[in-house]
Amino acid sequence: METTTLTAKEEAKQVKKMKRSETWRRIKRNKMIYLMILPGLIYFLIYKYLPMYGLIISFQDYKPYLGILGSEWVGLEHFNRLFTSSEFWMIFKNTLVLFGLQIFIYFPIPIIISLMLNEVRHSFFKRGVQTLIYIPHFMSWVVIVSISYVMLTLDGGIVNAILESLGLQKINFLLNEDWFRPMYILQVIWREAGWGTIIFLAAITAVDPQLYEAARMDGANRFRQMWHITLPAIRNVIIVLLILKIGDVLELGFEHVYLLLNSSNRNVAEIFDTYVYVAGLQQGQFSYSTAVGFFKGAVGLVMVVFANWLAKRFDEEGIY
Amino acid sequence: MAQQRISAGSRVFDFFNYFLLALLALITVLPFIHVVGSSFATSAEIARTKFLLFPTEFSLQAYKYIFSTDTIFRALGVSIIVTVGGTLWSMFFSILTAYGLSRRDLVGRRVINFLIVFTLLFNGGMIPTFLVVQQTGLLDSLWALIIPVTINAFNMIILRSFFLNLPQGLEESAKIDGANDFSILFRIVIPISLPAIATISLFYAVTYWNTYMHAILYLADADKWPVQVLLRQIVVLASGMNYDAEAYTDVPPPEVTVKMATIVVATVPVLLVYPFLQKYFAKGALLGSVKG
Repeated sequence: METTTLTAKEEAKQVKKMKRSETWRRIKRNKMIYLMILPGLIYFLIYKYLPMYGLIISFQDYKPYLGILGSEWVGLEHFNRLFTSSEFWMIFKNTLVLFGLQIFIYFPIPIIISLMLNEVRHSFFKRGVQTLIYIPHFMSWVVIVSISYVMLTLDGGIVNAILESLGLQKINFLLNEDWFRPMYILQVIWREAGWGTIIFLAAITAVDPQLYEAARMDGANRFRQMWHITLPAIRNVIIVLLILKIGDVLELGFEHVYLLLNSSNRNVAEIFDTYVYVAGLQQGQFSYSTAVGFFKGAVGLVMVVFANWLAKRFDEEGIY
Repeated sequence: MAQQRISAGSRVFDFFNYFLLALLALITVLPFIHVVGSSFATSAEIARTKFLLFPTEFSLQAYKYIFSTDTIFRALGVSIIVTVGGTLWSMFFSILTAYGLSRRDLVGRRVINFLIVFTLLFNGGMIPTFLVVQQTGLLDSLWALIIPVTINAFNMIILRSFFLNLPQGLEESAKIDGANDFSILFRIVIPISLPAIATISLFYAVTYWNTYMHAILYLADADKWPVQVLLRQIVVLASGMNYDAEAYTDVPPPEVTVKMATIVVATVPVLLVYPFLQKYFAKGALLGSVKG
């Protein structure tokens, strides 16, 4: 028999060859599919990957008329300037504080609301509440901030009118440094907390009703059922969403903060995104502001990877 | 099933639970009602009495004022064009990409998926993106609000996971009948995916209607501003307070009712589609949670 004389090496070669032609066949068979994804791919390459390549201007003294290829290299000069700048720590701290507010104040709220909604037995009431609390999610930040503005302003805002009628001092919420952070996080809660419940509610519906039955038999009250059954059951979802939130660490919303920012509250309101915008587009320091943005993006990436690693260590699934 | 006994503790729990949820819902919508109510008030009444919800004297004064100039019509026109055009544009490319990547036998699928998901974790940032938009000649064109956001990676992933869950037999039998991939997509896949497509279209439409940042980044020409930018100008105009309004301090501020009415005008289109949003969005948000 001829085949028995083939050495293992030759056989492996043969298999490899067959595999390659199989791959080639699959590519050819799907040529129309490649055609379909081509425009999308081009979009991602031009508007997502080209800007990543553009990050190299943070190591240059970029001049628009010289272009990326012609501009002078300056090494880490812009990063040095950023880290030694007196404003760096202010911006870093502001960013960190807003992030902390998002994680510690905002994040638990949708979980609590969904636990509460889950205890509602009248479905019309539940749906009614849901319908109303989802609304702000679809409003732009401009609308959210504008509504806050007309309500909080000193001249004729309803909130100050109420304070006045109660005999209290008027408060200049919009210009006061102390009020920026509460205002920021309240707006985030107002806009997103209701919508944020959707995913937890869906996770809760997957809980086995027999567990509650058993808990009731053991005399667990409603709070105990929530604490010992519902909450552990949605633990995975909570962790995944927390990772995503941490990954968004520095995505505090350029629009939102920019709309609230003014010269009076700048000390607490300026974050990396707004700083990049002002330094880059308003003052034309392209290279420096790109370096700031690069730093921010890199920290964000490290945070996601770290959070994901952490989740895996705790024997959870992680997000990728 | 035996009737369950409801303990007193449980009843107290229910009472507080319902009460707090109702309160929460009320607080969420009160600001909107306040704004709508104020927009229909006379300036005199606003100045005289501070009411929270409904004016005693109904007036269209503010709306007459804002619709008396071209400005708002132009801004609304821009927003409508960008919303309708942008949604069609984005859906076209999102569907093509999502469907292509949903084919399991596609060589290189994993690599391309990773390239797309990675853009959610890291990006070039505002300035390099601005330079690319500038280099591709989009500055000061309405296309700048559309082309740089052609495909939203999240929306594409949602669509893709929907296509992935379609029964595979459909495509195979069509293929045996000699249909090519494009006709399979347009004649078979799209017609049975309409709920998902409606969901994602609404996602895109709301995003386009709410666009603000890209307009201030890429459009210097005030004639091309969408309604969100106009709203911003009208509400903080002349207050001289915020970064973007500090330049306008010499113009007298518009009346409170005018601000309120502009907010309503910028909001109403979203509220009009809200019932549809609500029906489809919850589903869409859940599809999105399927791992990429």
